[in-house]
Amino acid sequence: MQNRRETLKQSAVVAGLLATAGFPQFAYAAFNKAAFDAKSVQDSAKAAGATSIAESKDVTITGPDIAENGAVVPLGASTALAGVKHLMIMVEKNPSSLVAMFHVTDAVEANFSTRAKMGQSSDVYAVAIMNDGKALWAKKEVKVTLGGCGG
Amino acid sequence: MADPMRIRAQSSGDKATVRVLMSHEMESGQRKDASGKTVPAWFIQEVTAKHNGKDVFSAEWGPAVSKNPFLQFAVKGAKAGDKIAVTWKDNKGDTRTDEATVS
Repeated sequence: MQNRRETLKQSAVVAGLLATAGFPQFAYAAFNKAAFDAKSVQDSAKAAGATSIAESKDVTITGPDIAENGAVVPLGASTALAGVKHLMIMVEKNPSSLVAMFHVTDAVEANFSTRAKMGQSSDVYAVAIMNDGKALWAKKEVKVTLGGCGG
Repeated sequence: MADPMRIRAQSSGDKATVRVLMSHEMESGQRKDASGKTVPAWFIQEVTAKHNGKDVFSAEWGPAVSKNPFLQFAVKGAKAGDKIAVTWKDNKGDTRTDEATVS
């Protein structure tokens, strides 16, 4: 039978293992896991530090009207506004909506593009989080004829 | 170690457009294999870029970015001959850095 001291020692060993080998995602404190785990556009914007959310003409989302292959949908987000902290690309109907979050600095233009996977036709969003915590967004509908998340 | 990235950096006016093609599986964690088990997620989490050794760009990605990801951004004030280094780090802790010269 184990006494209390041995049990405590074993718990400490297990915790150490989890931290080093088992769960590499714990090693990245900088990675904003909450924002990527959030299911909806609003939730991930809030997890990224947004306080109020509004539509804006100064943020643009670029993408195709119809994507034949949902596994590779070229999406871009850009804004001409000053004082942008993060620029995010989101797909509303994906299992978790946030695709990518770009950190804007003085040295790069607030204009990024990448390719995303889309499970089904959905609205895609570009969300700009300003330095004062406001979130400004723009959306565009992309129709997908072949889903990209497998299954 | 993963395959090298393909980086092209082209200067136009007072900025340089950087295009990067990375080689990565980007497994979403949503797919199931033949025996019905979920394939664990494996994707690039962090991307950073340096211009002549100075951090200029960083991004966080989720599993919804496509396989063999493409990325485009523009670095202000980069001239021909400058060095652009791009680094990615995935959720298994693997990392890779490649460098290109602005043309």
